[in-house]
Amino acid sequence: MAPAPLLEAVDVSFTYGASTVLDRVSFTLGSSEVVSLLGPSGCGKTTLLNLIAGFRQPSSGRLLFDGAPITAPGPERAVVFQSGALFDWLTARQNIEFSLSCRGVAKAERRDVSEHVLELVGLKGAGGLYPYEMSGGMRQRVGVGRVIAARPRIMLMDEPFAAVDVQTREALQEELLRIHAATRCTIVFVTHSIEEAVFLSNRVFVLAKRGGTFDAAFDVALPAPRWDGLNRLDPEFLRLRERIYLTMKAGSPAATTGARAHALT
Amino acid sequence: MARPRPLPSGRSVPDTARFAGVGRWLLRAASLGVCLLAWQAAAQLRLDLGIVTFRNVPPPVEVAQAGIELLQSSKLFDHVTSSLSRVFAGYGLAALAGVMLGLAVGRSRLAGDVLMPPLEILRPIPAVAWIPLAVLMFPSSELSMIFITFTGALFPILLSTIHGVENVDPRLVASARSLGAGWGAILREVVLPAAAPSIVTGLAIGMGTSWFCLVTAEMISGQYGIGYYTWESYTLQNYPDIVVGMVLIGLMGMGSSALLRRAGARLTPWHSTDEARR
Repeated sequence: MAPAPLLEAVDVSFTYGASTVLDRVSFTLGSSEVVSLLGPSGCGKTTLLNLIAGFRQPSSGRLLFDGAPITAPGPERAVVFQSGALFDWLTARQNIEFSLSCRGVAKAERRDVSEHVLELVGLKGAGGLYPYEMSGGMRQRVGVGRVIAARPRIMLMDEPFAAVDVQTREALQEELLRIHAATRCTIVFVTHSIEEAVFLSNRVFVLAKRGGTFDAAFDVALPAPRWDGLNRLDPEFLRLRERIYLTMKAGSPAATTGARAHALT
Repeated sequence: MARPRPLPSGRSVPDTARFAGVGRWLLRAASLGVCLLAWQAAAQLRLDLGIVTFRNVPPPVEVAQAGIELLQSSKLFDHVTSSLSRVFAGYGLAALAGVMLGLAVGRSRLAGDVLMPPLEILRPIPAVAWIPLAVLMFPSSELSMIFITFTGALFPILLSTIHGVENVDPRLVASARSLGAGWGAILREVVLPAAAPSIVTGLAIGMGTSWFCLVTAEMISGQYGIGYYTWESYTLQNYPDIVVGMVLIGLMGMGSSALLRRAGARLTPWHSTDEARR
């Protein structure tokens, strides 16, 4: 008997005016999973993320976190936005401590946590810098650290690495896997990059171009740990990337109905 | 700033730039000198052009003498302090009210619907037009002048605050909510600092209008104050003192705006760095 899923979506729909953004999407997420929502812009992947975050409520269907419906945003489902969305008037350390200040954690303890998190995200010694003194990569590290410090059960990431250059992006992806190995927190990662989705995830959900439904789901069976980046050359990695590419190109789940059935159970 | 020019060779670039800089400063000083000379000549010759006459205009040398006399007298201190205290009272209240109202209106549609209609109707009325009614409404002329400076500063501060609050990146508010910040914390720790650059702009504009309104109010209903001094000089036919008053008004308005901008840049270093990079 498997433990109750961390997150369970049952026939979740979301309509905005006359248009259906999400149409009866169902899936479950377990603890410590890394799942990517992959699809072109306008496919509803960010909307799904916003529903899990609690910024919006489903128009119909059930979205359960730990068995209870999601009604509001909260630190157990914290969000990392593109390019960090940092508070410009706070230092890296103060940004990371933000959720702790909200909870009224004492200064000494906040300091301990932020020191630890700064090291975890590779910013040891940079805690005193302001966002305008940092590179894009550093800002996004702070963005991730700010969420990690809130100790979320699920970290929601909305195209977090879309605004940095390729080298920085790959380094951040590898670092994210290292952080995941250290924290074991579940990650839901929104992206439009197949490579990014395959590299990071143990499951990839492909959303259809229109209609807001899941086209297919893929299990990623790459050896762990994979944060050394060598997996990008693994034949399995390349094969999976090609399969997902063809699925998205065709817009039909023909080749992958097996995987899809797997995701929907 | 000088436009960067392609250089024929790599030698002595900074020197060239420095000489160009000195040259430009000399040119600017010369322009100012010519204006002063023209003023001196026009006043001394009692130039009469028909539509405008310099017959009663004091020449700059007399103005300078009058200025030095005022500096040496105790009157200056009284005038300056009463003007400053009026501005501080009226402007301070306007800053407080403008920022608080602006935060409320910018964040809440209900507050906007309740507060904005009367404010929108009052907004096009220049603060100076309030003077007669203000004199009737307030028991002392001191209070009515403070009210006029308040009215003059309120709207620029209010509108800039609303603008700043409405333009706060929604992702910042979403981040704060998802990190567990409550309503008050979001307002204090996120919305207020994020809107700060725009609020500072409003405060600087408000400072200018506040001075403008005060001087007018003092001319009409004041006792003491720079505006009063300037108007009194006219009625007493101390024409050089009129210009001294004008210069003082300009200096004090400029000084307080500069102080404010300096303080604003200190408070919002991320913003000024952005501007410097641009």
